[in-house]
Amino acid sequence: MLNPDLVGRTFTSADSVTVTQESISKFAGVIGEPNTNIAPPTFSISITLDQSQKLLQDSGLDWTRVVHGDQRFEINRPIVAGDVFICSSTIESARNVAGNEIVSVRSDLHSGSVLVVSTWSTLVVRA
Amino acid sequence: MSQLVVGQELAGSEFTINRKLLVDYADASGDQNPIHQDEDFAKSVGLPDVIAHGMLTMALAGRYLSEIAGSEKVISFSAKFIKPVVVPNNIDVKLAVSGKVLEINDGLAKIELTAICNDVKVLGMAKGVIKL
Repeated sequence: MLNPDLVGRTFTSADSVTVTQESISKFAGVIGEPNTNIAPPTFSISITLDQSQKLLQDSGLDWTRVVHGDQRFEINRPIVAGDVFICSSTIESARNVAGNEIVSVRSDLHSGSVLVVSTWSTLVVRA
Repeated sequence: MSQLVVGQELAGSEFTINRKLLVDYADASGDQNPIHQDEDFAKSVGLPDVIAHGMLTMALAGRYLSEIAGSEKVISFSAKFIKPVVVPNNIDVKLAVSGKVLEINDGLAKIELTAICNDVKVLGMAKGVIKL
């Protein structure tokens, strides 16, 4: 059960993440994307997933029971190799439906003061 | 890219999902949840078999959007994961992705995506916005 006090709080990673060409090429290669000059549209999940997992685990949710409900990306500019991001994640809402906990998490990737990508994930924690 | 018009049905693409791809995607994305790789584990938590990462299905639908416009043109992308893509051992599962132009406004095209696996829609409300 998620602590309701955590809803609306933003957690910002202490360490920045540097995007490597290798990580972009690997992700692009798996999905057959020939353009490796920029990251594919859903690449940012590889950065934000780790952060949101930590956030939810620290919030008392059982990650092994989590099912991904939906996902949205708003991409202000493509991610490129050499980008250095600080990731901040906010639990925007948490509600209980038929015993399942439905949690919405927004994650923002900032390069300096510039917001490059925002993502929203709805996660369903099965009862 | 040819000129898009509202209502236009875009040619579809087919993607192959198999166990090797799941392992490769897990490595590329960092999502090592065993339900996407370990058949015994997947069954132990009530799944019919190993299932694909929802984000892999979405990444392939994103690849389709990129085919239309180039990946640098994709500025918004959203989907619901409505049915799992079950990936049995030694089977190539086919994911068919197609699109329809919903709106064109201010140099942006909104594309509705359909992703079908074994005759079942696996993504719901899947939409991408691309710069023209």
